[in-house]
Amino acid sequence: MSKYLKLLIPSMTGTAAVLGLAYVTADQFVADLPAPMRGQIVTAAEAQSTTPTTTPTATTTDTAMATSAAVGAASGDPMPMTVSMDLGRAALPEEVAAWNIDVRPDGQGLPVGSGDVTTGEEIFAENCAVCHGDFGEGVGRWPVLAGGRGSLKSDRPVKTIGSYWPYLSTVYDYIYRAMPFGNAQSLSHDDVYAITAYLLYSNDLVADDFVLSNENFNDVKMPNEPNFFPDDRATVEYTKFTGDVCMENCKDTVEITGRAAVVDVTPDDAAARAARDAAAAKPDAEVVVAEAPTTETMAEPAAAAPAAGGALDMKLVSKGEKTFKKCKACHQVGEGAKNKSGPELNALFGRTIGGVDGFNYSSSFKTAQGEGRVWDAASLAEFLTAPKKYMKGTKMSFKGFKKEKDIAAVLEYLKSFN
Amino acid sequence: MSETFKGPKTSRRGFLTSAMAAGGAVAAAGVAKAAGGDPAITEIQPWMQELGEGVDARPYGTPSPFEADVKRRNVEWLTADPVSSVNFTPIHELDGIITPNGLCFERHHAGIAEVDPAKHRIMINGLVDKELVFTMEDLKRFPRENRVYFLECAANSGMEWRGAQLNGCQFTHGMIHNVMYTGVPLRYLLETAGVKPTGKWLLAEGADASGMTRSIPMEKALDDCLVAFKMNGEALRPEQGYPVRLVVPGWEGNMWVKWLRRLEVGDQPWEQREETSKYTDLLADGKARHFTWAMDAKSVITNPSPQAPILHSKGPTVLTGIAWSGRGTIPRVDVTLDGGKNWHKARMSGPSFDKSMHRFYFEFDWDGSPLLLQSRAHDSTGYVQPTKNQLREIRGVNSIYHNNSIQTWAVNAKGIAENVEIS
Repeated sequence: MSKYLKLLIPSMTGTAAVLGLAYVTADQFVADLPAPMRGQIVTAAEAQSTTPTTTPTATTTDTAMATSAAVGAASGDPMPMTVSMDLGRAALPEEVAAWNIDVRPDGQGLPVGSGDVTTGEEIFAENCAVCHGDFGEGVGRWPVLAGGRGSLKSDRPVKTIGSYWPYLSTVYDYIYRAMPFGNAQSLSHDDVYAITAYLLYSNDLVADDFVLSNENFNDVKMPNEPNFFPDDRATVEYTKFTGDVCMENCKDTVEITGRAAVVDVTPDDAAARAARDAAAAKPDAEVVVAEAPTTETMAEPAAAAPAAGGALDMKLVSKGEKTFKKCKACHQVGEGAKNKSGPELNALFGRTIGGVDGFNYSSSFKTAQGEGRVWDAASLAEFLTAPKKYMKGTKMSFKGFKKEKDIAAVLEYLKSFN
Repeated sequence: MSETFKGPKTSRRGFLTSAMAAGGAVAAAGVAKAAGGDPAITEIQPWMQELGEGVDARPYGTPSPFEADVKRRNVEWLTADPVSSVNFTPIHELDGIITPNGLCFERHHAGIAEVDPAKHRIMINGLVDKELVFTMEDLKRFPRENRVYFLECAANSGMEWRGAQLNGCQFTHGMIHNVMYTGVPLRYLLETAGVKPTGKWLLAEGADASGMTRSIPMEKALDDCLVAFKMNGEALRPEQGYPVRLVVPGWEGNMWVKWLRRLEVGDQPWEQREETSKYTDLLADGKARHFTWAMDAKSVITNPSPQAPILHSKGPTVLTGIAWSGRGTIPRVDVTLDGGKNWHKARMSGPSFDKSMHRFYFEFDWDGSPLLLQSRAHDSTGYVQPTKNQLREIRGVNSIYHNNSIQTWAVNAKGIAENVEIS
């Protein structure tokens, strides 16, 4: 690791020197200040000290810190350099084990376990494919995990595990800590070994009979590792971007070479539009009358109106809103809800199953739609208890609610959008 | 085109610059020309006559309804899902150097963790003499300090590498905020645990569902990092890591781990997802810079800008903007009105803190002709903010991160501004 540290030390010493300079010039850097304003602004300028002087309790002195300690403390008394207090308590081994799940490139932190490509493919299809696609090709703007080899120099690089990621340990670590999205740390270690094996396979890095385990993990090298190098801006850029600048007659002509308006991808912004209209509508005279923003931009959208007919249990609705967090990674509901990896859920009760236009349903939903089946409280409850049982082949990766009261709450919440 | 800097006039008409913000009945000077005078003066307004709400009506104050457009905004097409996404600080609506807590841009990788502080713990493990657990109460018994720092996402301006794309500094430069943190120096916690001589790296981990992790070299951890629990005097907002976050001054925002729950000391970096597959800078030759932590000096003109056109006619005009550097202070910003033919030193105003946002102004007498506006920051190391093309020559256009190049706004005769690139 020390190659990075060697780079860091000179840069930090540099910062310390710079801080000293900043402090010295703190009252001089107000340029072109109109005379009447000078007083108030100069008094406002202050330096913020970084590091303080040592106290009698200090036991160590780092070189870099000693240097930066030379910086004055214009905005406060110095902090003690070293503080070691009798606070906190010893972490128990089982507590450390519960949280210390990180895995390093050298294999430190890898748990005992193994998994093969075929098993990985099944687990991936069940838990990951809804966002990443069956082969890691990515759905919508969700990350592409496979392919992209040889694309890094192209106009549109595809940075996948196979084409870009330097270490396999990162794949294991990240899947175990954060995936599936919205249900983190729910996979077993063997599951994660299997998914990792499948991702190697889908990137053409291992054969289909490959089994990954803590034993052979360190033998796998990622193809793009040699293409990473430590930050070299200090040598490549900083010297180039330092020095005198031209202030007058720096160029003869200036042409506009590109315009954001042509690209036209800025979000529709009512306030900016109103401002532009106001500027455009401006008469040439002295007079300006700014348009008031429209009322729709002045107020936050009102809360969703309760469903017509049948009073809602608002307490249950509010519980359901919390329970719905499990669904939010894939489903939207409420004003402006759109299809994501799952269909939008407005007016769900009474909707034809598989009936949202433009959503690519799995075949069992298409069949149900053909039969004209309709969602009601009973069918939704059954579906949410065991999705894959009720709708064989559904792409929904959710395994179902274990508690009936969670289902009741989430349905009451959804009902509030009917 | 005449851009002679004539200095500010003795009296500026405040309503001109605040016309948009004021929103409602901005009956400007023109009305005064009408017979009978300006109704804002000649007619009694409701607030002049009727009683307002009492003291308990707003136990936690919120901005005037006329400021309802001052809000964070997101660019939907950028990411797959708002739960793992980013929104942007409305820097064109702000002044001074401090970002109000509710307007600080958000970047989450698994949504906002709603952490109960009573159930929050901070663990230190790894290469230390004593592996320790702290509660929030324990943390607040250490000496604490107050520091103002900017936090900029490494991907700020990342959409602009290939060309001018988004029309508004909120979108091009709004992944930044600048607040005063109250926190405990990270080194106090590490010293309390006792870092072993082999402990050269620190892994910071968050309690959210992404289990956010970043490796930080021990030198930085022992230098100026803070374990912060207040921002601008009040508790951190949930979206900024309540109850506690890491502050890594001058370095890319992703390292400022929110909902901080664990600090592991080790002898080498962990090479986590956010420091390998993300937050590494892919260059044109297919190689990638790794561990590009420091944020280079940068500036942007916030007014005028595409979301904040000039609403008045020719005459006294205030240009303002912000500048910052991850390697020090900003002693100087230059401004051009003619696309870089001639430059003027802007006027710095307000406190100048190390690794904090700085505010600059340039007051000029606009003659009503089109402008090509740019700002160029100089930091206290002598580094000068580069042009887009200078950066592209070295990095190509695929690096996503660390785009600190000079921004250009074209302002037309009506005062409407557009994001452009110039020769």
